[in-house]
Amino acid sequence: MAHSMINDVYMPITPETSDGKLPSTRNAAIAPEATEWKLPSSRKVAIICLILTETGLFSIFVAGYVFYLGKSLTGPTPRDVLELPILSTIFLLSSSVTIVLAERAFNRNRVGLFKLFWLATIVLAGLFLTMTATEWRTLIYQKGLTISTNLFGTTFYSLVGLHASHVIVGMCLLLLVFILSLRGFVTMMHHERLKMISWYWHFVDAVWIVVFTVVYVIGR
Amino acid sequence: MASQEIALPATRISSTSFIDRLHGLVVTVDHKKLGLMYIGTAIGFMSFAGLMALGIRLQLAVPNNTLLAPDVFNRFFTMHGTSMVFLVGMALVSGFGNYLVPLMIGTRDMAFPRLNAFGYWMYLFGGLLLYFSYLGAPGLSGHGSAPDVGWFAYAPLTGAAFSRGHSTDYWILSLLLTSIGSTVSAINVIATAVSLRCKGMTLMRMPLFVWLMIVVNFMILLALPALSAAQIMLLIDRYLGGHFFDTQAGGSAVIWQHFFWIFGHPEVYILIIPAFACVSEIVPVFSRKPIFGYPVMVGATVMIGLISTSVWAHHMFSVGMTSVGNIFFAISTFTVAVPTGIKIFNWLGTMYGGRIRFDLPMLFCIAFLFQFLIAGLTGMMLGVAPLNWQLTDSYFVVAHFHYTLVGGFLFGVFAGFYYWYPKAVGRLLDRRLGLWHFWLLVIGFHVTFDTMHFPGLLGMPRRIFTYDAGRGWDTLNFVTTIGALIQAVGILCFVINIVRSARKGKLAGNDPWDAWTLEWTTSSPPPEYNFASAPVVRSRRPLWDLKHPEDPDWKYE
Repeated sequence: MAHSMINDVYMPITPETSDGKLPSTRNAAIAPEATEWKLPSSRKVAIICLILTETGLFSIFVAGYVFYLGKSLTGPTPRDVLELPILSTIFLLSSSVTIVLAERAFNRNRVGLFKLFWLATIVLAGLFLTMTATEWRTLIYQKGLTISTNLFGTTFYSLVGLHASHVIVGMCLLLLVFILSLRGFVTMMHHERLKMISWYWHFVDAVWIVVFTVVYVIGR
Repeated sequence: MASQEIALPATRISSTSFIDRLHGLVVTVDHKKLGLMYIGTAIGFMSFAGLMALGIRLQLAVPNNTLLAPDVFNRFFTMHGTSMVFLVGMALVSGFGNYLVPLMIGTRDMAFPRLNAFGYWMYLFGGLLLYFSYLGAPGLSGHGSAPDVGWFAYAPLTGAAFSRGHSTDYWILSLLLTSIGSTVSAINVIATAVSLRCKGMTLMRMPLFVWLMIVVNFMILLALPALSAAQIMLLIDRYLGGHFFDTQAGGSAVIWQHFFWIFGHPEVYILIIPAFACVSEIVPVFSRKPIFGYPVMVGATVMIGLISTSVWAHHMFSVGMTSVGNIFFAISTFTVAVPTGIKIFNWLGTMYGGRIRFDLPMLFCIAFLFQFLIAGLTGMMLGVAPLNWQLTDSYFVVAHFHYTLVGGFLFGVFAGFYYWYPKAVGRLLDRRLGLWHFWLLVIGFHVTFDTMHFPGLLGMPRRIFTYDAGRGWDTLNFVTTIGALIQAVGILCFVINIVRSARKGKLAGNDPWDAWTLEWTTSSPPPEYNFASAPVVRSRRPLWDLKHPEDPDWKYE
């Protein structure tokens, strides 16, 4: 098997390299090689790379937020207006759990349970976004903090908004899968793709833990 | 021999019309076509940016010149720098990576062919958007034209108050688009090199080119987001009234410099490492020896990648950092010289005792070695913080980085052109025209950039549109301009050569250089499927093993 492969790839190239070498000599020179050849899945490599580069993006925004902490020339300050978003954090973090449960149900071929947990993930993400929207509404209309009010406003809305936009992208992916699964298009061959979506989702959740810590705990 | 004759005509016969071929390019997902499209587009942008450089040099040839108005001059150096870095350099990295990585690792295409096409189109339209600024930037308010804030666009010059009209917005948005293209291309190359290697090609049997491409693309993934983030912040400042870089509301102009150079310094290594990659493939083949110190070369490249992330503020010694900051960034800058020196010694070690063939690719590599060494040494000079205070923002800096990017990057890439052109086109580049190209470029390069160091040492600042006579800069500037014109003639020889040889060049055959990596096993140009059957390799030089079965490499590796 290995011999024929080697001979196929080798097309005689120049006379001086191919003359005088009998095929038997060539074959004799080939050492037996282990037949197993397994490489990482390209999807996994790609999603890890994507997460890496997204981490770079968030790092700069977090660095900007930390650098400008307490540098606003006018109010309001984080201590004046921010409240710990405990409930929305619980919603988002538990969506990481439900997506794992959905994946597990999928791998055991329990389609109904998969759809249920997948929908639960979407609902939890939606609740998180709704609560963020409510928080922003309060900040803007009642507490007078907009993106142009002061440095705190600029950095706060940028960082939290960047994260929220990632949640929205993730939610679109989740919705797409859900709609496709309702129509029966999601089958076992897609299990790796679902896993990639869930990796991305875990990443978005992990970023929230950092944002929560920096913005609402350390920065307040 | 028969198999060769069958393989060749398949891609050669093209009786299709122009529209059909154009349609083929628009819908293609083939890594070879996309790679060549990247390279062709890059050469196109390079001509525009090169003409702008000529304009700049003509303006500076004599004192008190009025050839270019000051605002036109500002646009020219901004567009020249931005185009050369993002539309030429990055595109050549993507182009070479796209074309060669799948062939070198013995696979059929990239891991994500459609994503690959998406990346190219993002790059192309990003580039067109940048140039559209000449028409679009005045907008309704009638202010502005092409971007004129320099390629690193320092705050607060870019703020809404100081940069009216849309010139800076075009700079931001076009670069965000090309960054998306570069990012997906980087993800794709890494996924391909990690996951699609042919049977037997372990990591330490990959051609050095592929190794270096993996490192470069990781650097792209880590560095580019810093630029994108800074640009998004700038957009927020300009359109939503944010204060990131607004010094009057407590914002900081220096933090733009930090963010920009966190991207910007790795970026210069992102540009130079592909040149290293070409040289690392070409020097062994034309010295008739395997590369000296393969594992050390890999290690040195990874080290350059790591160290390059912690040297950025050596671009900013003059902003007034603490002495601890200055010392840290000076030392980390010197540290980069260690792995880089290792690489230079390894290329010399490969040539030492070899049977060197002075073909065109090798000539460019040898010029690269000398020029890159000098570029590195002036880099060390600039890394000394006190000397940097004297030299910063002078023509010495301009001479230094053109020495790395022209003398290093461009020469390395030209070596790659002459080496792989026969593979991509099926015909060899003409040697006589190539020699004209080489010698004109070498002479022009040294006349331009060796000379340019001296006005810098004499205190000539960069980015001034003219200067008074009698400061001791006159003759030097005139000589510099002469050199630029000689280089332009050299580049013209190259462009004529690639166009003419595509039709009239000598047929190359599969393996014109008697090389050792997998891309030379398939026909020139390769068929769409690259390899008739999946190759199997047992050493770093699979073709050596096949050509010399009595003494194969795998017995010793």
